[in-house]
Amino acid sequence: MMNKKVKDAESAIFDIKDGDTLMLGGFGLCGIPENCISALVKMGVKNLTCISNNAGVDDFGIGLMLQQKQVKKMIASYVGENAEFERQLLTGELDVELIPQGTLAFRCMAAGYGMPAIYTPAGVGTEVAIGKEIRNFNGKDYLLEMAFNASFAIVKAWKGDTEGNLIYKATARNFNAAMAMAGKITIAEVEELVEPGGLDPNEIHTPGIYVHRIFQGSNYEKRIEKKTITK
Amino acid sequence: MLDKEGIAKRIAQEIQNNYYVNLGIGIPTLVANYIPKNINVCFQSENGLLGMGPFPSEDAVDADLINAGKQTITMLPGASIFDSAMSFGMIHAQKIDLTILGAMEVSEMGDIANWKIPGKMVKGMGGAMDLVASAKNIIVAMQHVNKEGESKLLPKCSLPLTGIRCVKKIVTELAVLAVLPEGGFKLLERAPGVSVETIKKATLGKLVIEGDIPEMAFN
Repeated sequence: MMNKKVKDAESAIFDIKDGDTLMLGGFGLCGIPENCISALVKMGVKNLTCISNNAGVDDFGIGLMLQQKQVKKMIASYVGENAEFERQLLTGELDVELIPQGTLAFRCMAAGYGMPAIYTPAGVGTEVAIGKEIRNFNGKDYLLEMAFNASFAIVKAWKGDTEGNLIYKATARNFNAAMAMAGKITIAEVEELVEPGGLDPNEIHTPGIYVHRIFQGSNYEKRIEKKTITK
Repeated sequence: MLDKEGIAKRIAQEIQNNYYVNLGIGIPTLVANYIPKNINVCFQSENGLLGMGPFPSEDAVDADLINAGKQTITMLPGASIFDSAMSFGMIHAQKIDLTILGAMEVSEMGDIANWKIPGKMVKGMGGAMDLVASAKNIIVAMQHVNKEGESKLLPKCSLPLTGIRCVKKIVTELAVLAVLPEGGFKLLERAPGVSVETIKKATLGKLVIEGDIPEMAFN
């Protein structure tokens, strides 16, 4: 059997270096790899290209890496709720590529399925289409979008085993499952790490073959961006 | 004239039995509050959930369970969870019957702009470009005019586009309008107490008026 277990976040990210391209799972602050983000901030790697649906908030998630000016380029679909991000964008310190959320997901999916590119109608007729190949299928225009090519994918799951098999909880699955398949090296942090046999194979969301390093995280804050309740 | 709740209430009448519906942020989110009791509807949230329920009670709040607007929510019996790729897969495969979203501008050809104001606002398109590119049916919930009183229903959008030739119907504080395939806003209904004349003044794009225009009916 394959043992992918590493001790902690520091040992999982040890070989990430300046200028690398990273995918980071999560949607808003839901399901983000908190432990690895903290370790990246501590490590101080710079000039990173980060692919993530969002950019965190000022003092949490990828926002912590922005504060330390570790990110050179951000590829995301939605970056509201982050004043530091907006400031760096307007001053030109940060290069930002905004792409449709489905395109982001499909470019991950393509990488995970070994497909070089996908066609999508999202963005046809908009500034997203500028410079891209357009092809008409059955009377409708589609844009050619390339698979991502990221050195590392960093994801967060609910449960995992030392084989690298992952199970996500509720909507924290989001981009984690798509990105887990897409990294040249995929690092998974989980809330609960078990031995092989500890998870039901019928319930695995990400098969371990996609995961290279796994560790049990600690002290999850799981910050809520917009708490809404029924009174 | 309708308030935001009124716009949501009118749009809720468009939802048919057994529809899968995606609701955008803002007024569209309110539509869920006005679904008639006899209508069965399933809400999709593009972060990866079908069968979205109401907001949770205080003790049921779960950080791992949110909607695409990042609000804490619940799941109804029969709900399902999937990843972002599958979520946009079902959107592009046109499994969603109706998409309801907000807009900053709509053109008489059905183009929509709702993601960027150059030099002012750069939040991103999120899932909007995917939803408008593949929706079978799109209803836009929006204000007819901006704060300066200028029309947001235009011959051509001035803001960066989200999608082209995709909007089918618009519900504003003043009216319900259909976008004609050949171009033009066809006036279908007036908001209570609003005259055709008022709607004419508030619409800069081509407005098509045929016969008497009824007032919206609310139960």
